[in-house]
Amino acid sequence: MITAWMNTHLLSFLVFAPLVLGLILLCLPERLAPMAKLLGFLGALAVFVISLVHFLRLGGYSYVENLPWMTLVNIPVDYHLTLDGLNFWLVLLTTFLTPLTLLGTWNSLKERAGLAFALFLMLETGMLGALLAQDLFLFYLFWEAMLLPMYFLIALWGGEERRYASLKFMLYTLAGSLLWLVALLYLAGKAGSFAPALMAQTAQAFPARVQGLLFLAFALAFAIKVPLFPLHTWLPDAHTEAPTMGSVILAGVLLKLGTYGFLRFALPIFPKATLHYAQPLAILAVIAIIYGALVAMAQKDIKKLVAYSSVSHMGFVMLGLASLTVIGTQGAMLQMLNHGISTGALFLLVGMLYDRAHTRMIADFGGIASRMPIFTFFFLVVTLSSIGLPLTNGFVGEFWILNGTFTSSLPWGRVFASVASLGVLLGAVYMLWMVKRAFWGPENTGEHSGTGHLSQDLNSREIAVMVPIVVLIFWMGLHPQTFTAISERPVAELLAPLQPSAPTQLAEVAR
Amino acid sequence: MHTTAWLIPLLPLFGAALIGLLGRKIGKTAVAVIGVGVVALAFCFALRAFFLAGSAPDHRLESLSFTWMSTGNLSVPMGLVFDPLSSLMALVVTGIGALIHLYSVGYMWEEEGFARYFAYLNLFIFFMLCLVLGNSLPLLFVGWEGVGLCSYLLIGYYFETDYAPAAGLKAFLTNRVGDLGVIIGMMALFAHFNTLTIAELLTKVGHLSPEVGFGVLSFATLMLFVGACGKSAQIPLYIWLPDAMAGPTPVSALIHAATMVTAGIFMVCRLAPLFQLAPITLNVIAWVGGLTALFAATIGLVQRDIKKVLAYSTVSQLGYMVMALGAGGFAAGFFHVFTHAWFKALLFLGAGSVIMAMHHEQDLFKMGGLRSKLPITFWTMLLATLAIMGFPGFSGFFSKDEILYLAYLKHPALWVIGVAGACCTSFYMWRLMALTFWGEPRDHHAYEHAHESPWTMTLPLVVLAAGSVVVGYLGIPEAFGGHFSIGRFLEPSLAYGQLHVHEGHHGGPAILLACVSTILGLGFGLFGFLSYRSGTALAESRAARFPLLHRILLNKYYVDEGIERVILSPVRGLGRLLWQVGDVIIVDGIGVNLPAALARLAGDLLALFQTGRVRNYTLGMVLGALAILWIFFK
Repeated sequence: MITAWMNTHLLSFLVFAPLVLGLILLCLPERLAPMAKLLGFLGALAVFVISLVHFLRLGGYSYVENLPWMTLVNIPVDYHLTLDGLNFWLVLLTTFLTPLTLLGTWNSLKERAGLAFALFLMLETGMLGALLAQDLFLFYLFWEAMLLPMYFLIALWGGEERRYASLKFMLYTLAGSLLWLVALLYLAGKAGSFAPALMAQTAQAFPARVQGLLFLAFALAFAIKVPLFPLHTWLPDAHTEAPTMGSVILAGVLLKLGTYGFLRFALPIFPKATLHYAQPLAILAVIAIIYGALVAMAQKDIKKLVAYSSVSHMGFVMLGLASLTVIGTQGAMLQMLNHGISTGALFLLVGMLYDRAHTRMIADFGGIASRMPIFTFFFLVVTLSSIGLPLTNGFVGEFWILNGTFTSSLPWGRVFASVASLGVLLGAVYMLWMVKRAFWGPENTGEHSGTGHLSQDLNSREIAVMVPIVVLIFWMGLHPQTFTAISERPVAELLAPLQPSAPTQLAEVAR
Repeated sequence: MHTTAWLIPLLPLFGAALIGLLGRKIGKTAVAVIGVGVVALAFCFALRAFFLAGSAPDHRLESLSFTWMSTGNLSVPMGLVFDPLSSLMALVVTGIGALIHLYSVGYMWEEEGFARYFAYLNLFIFFMLCLVLGNSLPLLFVGWEGVGLCSYLLIGYYFETDYAPAAGLKAFLTNRVGDLGVIIGMMALFAHFNTLTIAELLTKVGHLSPEVGFGVLSFATLMLFVGACGKSAQIPLYIWLPDAMAGPTPVSALIHAATMVTAGIFMVCRLAPLFQLAPITLNVIAWVGGLTALFAATIGLVQRDIKKVLAYSTVSQLGYMVMALGAGGFAAGFFHVFTHAWFKALLFLGAGSVIMAMHHEQDLFKMGGLRSKLPITFWTMLLATLAIMGFPGFSGFFSKDEILYLAYLKHPALWVIGVAGACCTSFYMWRLMALTFWGEPRDHHAYEHAHESPWTMTLPLVVLAAGSVVVGYLGIPEAFGGHFSIGRFLEPSLAYGQLHVHEGHHGGPAILLACVSTILGLGFGLFGFLSYRSGTALAESRAARFPLLHRILLNKYYVDEGIERVILSPVRGLGRLLWQVGDVIIVDGIGVNLPAALARLAGDLLALFQTGRVRNYTLGMVLGALAILWIFFK
C-alpha cells in the first residue's frame, strides 16, 4: 500500500518530507543537537535514496500531481507538481547535495547546529517545490519560501558582516520578485489561470510592447537570482558571510532557479519577447563571464573568489540559454549541474580549510600542499573541473554552450562565443593563480599564517563527502548523456517555435 | 586489434591510477616496475598496431568507438585511429617515453616524491596518446589540455619551492591562451562542416569547391595555429618553455623536447589537407616558424644554464619544424619531429647525467673537463650534437636540410634565416660541449666527486644515441638521390580524403644549398668549440666588447618584462578596478546602497515628526487646521 501511495504522491512526499523533518528537529532541545544532526542527515539521505530509486526505476516517465487547490480572486490555483526532463536532474542534484552538505559541515557550526540543520531541510522543501511546481502561483510561493531559511542561515550563523549581507540578499531578491508578482497577477487575471500554457496563449494576443514589459518583469526576478551582471552584487556578500552550508546550497541549487525560471516559464510564455531580448541577454551574459572572472582575479579571500567565479560560470549558463539553440541550451542544462557540483564542492573545501585555519585570506596561506596532501588532491580535481579541463564535467558544458552560441542565429553570435571563450582562459588564471599562492610554495610561517594551523588532513567523513563529487565530475565529463539525454527532447520542443528551421531540428532529435 | 587498441592509452592511465593510489605503500621498486612496465607494454601494443595498420587496405585502422558527447546535431565520438602518422607518433611517445621512464628510475631514486613523479609521468603518456590517436578534434583536445596539465604538475614537481610552481603556472596559462585558439577553431569548423570527427572533416574538405568557405578555412586554421604556437612554443607564446626547465630533467627530455612540444606540429599534420587550402595561414606559419628558429637560437648563444641552452635550442628546432609546415612540407616537418625526438631527448638526458654528476650544478661556467669522468655521457652527447648541427650523415642533416630546401622554395629570405639559425645552433651546441667536457675543471670539488650514472640512465643514452645516428636514413631527401621514404610512408595520412595530392617539390639548386648551409654550420661549430675549449676567458672578453648586445641576449630580449608590463599588470589592475569601482562604487554604492541610504534618510526625516509628544502633535493639528482655514477663506 505504501508503494502504491508513493507512486502517486512521490513528489509531494519529496517536497514535504524535509519540511516535516525540519519541524521535528526544531522541537528537539539544544542538548539533543547531536541527535538532531544525525536525524536530519539520515532523513535527508533517505529522501535522496528514495528520489534516486524511484526516478531511475521509471526513467523518462514523468510524475505528475495535479489537484485544484484554491482560488485567488476568482483565478484558480492548482497544486500542480511535475517531474519531467527539464527538472529531473536538478531535483536529484538538490536531494543529493542536501545530505552531502550536512555531512560536509557536520562540525562547522558550534552553536545551535540542530536549528541550522532544521532550517536547511526547510530550505530543501522550498527548492524542490519551486523546481517541481508547474502552476506559477505555486512556483511563486515556493520561490519566496526559499528566502526565509536562507536569510536566517546567513543572519544567525554568518560572518562579521552578516546583518548587511542577509538584508541585502533579502531586499535585492524581494525587489525583483515584487515586480514579477505584479506582472504575474496581471497576466493571470487576463488568462484566468496560473497555468503556463494558458498564460502563453493569452500573452500571444498582447501587443509586442506589453509582452516585452511582462517578459522584462519576469526576467528581472530571474536575473537577480542567477545573478546576471549588473544585478550580481548581493552574491559575493551573501556567499562570503553565509556559513559553509548556506554557501554550498546557494551556489549548488538556489542560483539555478533563476536560469531554470527563464527556461521553464519566461521562454515558453513569451517566445516573441525572448527572441527580441535574447541579444541583450547574451551581451549581459558575456559581460558577466568576463567581468566576474576579472573581479575574481582581484580577490584576496578564497571564498569571495569562488563567489565571483559563480558570476562568471552562471554567465555561461545564461549565454547558453540566450543562444536559443539545442546545443547551447543543453550545454546550459549541463552547466547548471556542473556548477552545482563543482562550485558546491569548492565551497565545501573552503569550509574545511576555514574550520582548521580560521582564515580564508590567500595571503595567510602558502604551502598547504605540504601539510594536507589529500585535501590538495581533492581541491585540485575540483579546480580542474571548475576551469573546464576536458574529461571533467566543466569542459562539456562550456564546449556545448560555446558551440551553441557560435552556431546560433543571434547577430554577433560568433563574436559572443569567441569573446566568451576568454572566460575559459581567465577561469584558469584566477583559480590556478590562487592555487599557486595558497597551495604551492614554501609553508607560510608569517604572523597570521593559516598554514600553521593545518595539523590534520581530511578525515574519513570529509573524504566520504568528496569521493562522490569526484566520481560525478568524471562521470559527467566522460558520459554527459546520462545527465542530458532526458532533457534533449523537451529542450528541442521548447525551442522549436523559436527556430526558423524548426522541423529539421526536431528531426535531428528524433533520429 | 579492435579490443586491444584501447590498451595502448589505458595501460599508462592504469599505471598512473595504481601508483597514485598505492604508490607510498608499495615501495619504490614496485613503483618503478609498474611505471616503466606499463609504458613498455604500451609500446609493444603500439608496435603491433603499427604493423597491423601498415598492412591494412588503406593503411588505416580504427578502434572501437564510443559516443562521448552528443546533443542536437553535435555528436563527438571517442575512438582511436591508427594511420601512418598517428601510429608512428605513438611509437615515438611510448618508445622514447619508456626509455625516459627507465632513465627516471635512476635519476629520481633519491626523491621523496618518487611515486608522485611516476604517477604524473604515466598520466602524461596517457594524455599524449589520446592526443595522437584520437579520432575527433575534441578527443585530440582532451590530450592537448591533458598533457598541459601533466606538464603543469611536473614543472611544479618541486612544489615547496617558489620558482617551480610559478613556472608551472606560466606554462599552463600560456598554453591556455593557445587552447582558446583551438576551441575557437573547432567551433568555426563545426559551424561550417557540422562535424568534428577528423576523418569526416577531411573528407568534406576534399569535396569543397574552391570558391566556398576559404575565408572560414583561413580563420579556423589560423585559430588552430594559435594553439600550435602555445604548445609548440612559437613566437609569441614560446615564453613558457625556457621556464619549464624548473621541472626534473627527464621531464624536460620527454615533455619539453621529444613529445608534448611537438603536438602543435602533429596537429597541423593531422589536419594537413585543411591547412593546405589556406595559403594565408601557411604564409603566417612559415614566417612565424622561421623567425622563432632564429630568434631562439640567438638567445641560446649566451645562456649559462645548460638546460636553458637546450630549452632555447628546442624552441629554435620547433621553429624549423613549423617553418617546414608553412612551406607546405608537412612530411618534412614531421620528419624533423621524429629525428629531433631522438637527439634532443638524448641531449637533455645527457645534461641530466652531467647535472647529477655535478651535484645539481647547472651552470656551464662551473663545469669543464668532464670528458674522462663521464665517458658514456660524453660520447652519446657528442653524437647528438653532430646530429642536431646537421653533420653530414647524421639524422639532423637529412631532416634539417629538407626543411631548408623547402624554405628556399617558399622564399629565399626564409632560407637565409634558417641558415643563420643553423649557424647559431652549431655554435651554441659546441660551446655547450666545450664548456662541459673540455678544458680545465672550474669547480674542483664537484669535479672530484663526479662519476658516471647507473645503467638505468646510461642504457637509454646509448639507445637514443644509436637512434640519433641512424633514423635520418628513413628519409633521405630526393635531392641526395634518396626517396624521402618517410614522406611516402606518411602520405596516406597527410593527404587523407583528398582528391588531388599536392606533393613533390622540384627546382632550385638543392645540392648547392645543402653544401653552403652545411659548410657554414661546420664553420660556426668549430668557431664555438675553439672559443670555449680552453675556458670562459675568451667569452668574457667578447661580452665586454659588446656589452649592450650581450645584455639583451642574456636577458632574452626583455620579452618577459615587456609582457609583464604590457599585459599582465594591466589585466590585474583591470580586475582590481572593476571590483573597487564597478562593484563597490557603481553597482553597490550608487545602485544599491544609495537608494537604501535615501530610503533610510527619508525615514529618519519623517521619524523626526514622530516624537511621541502630545504637545507636538497638537501643534501640528492646530497648524494644519489653520492652513485649511486659510485656504478656504483667503
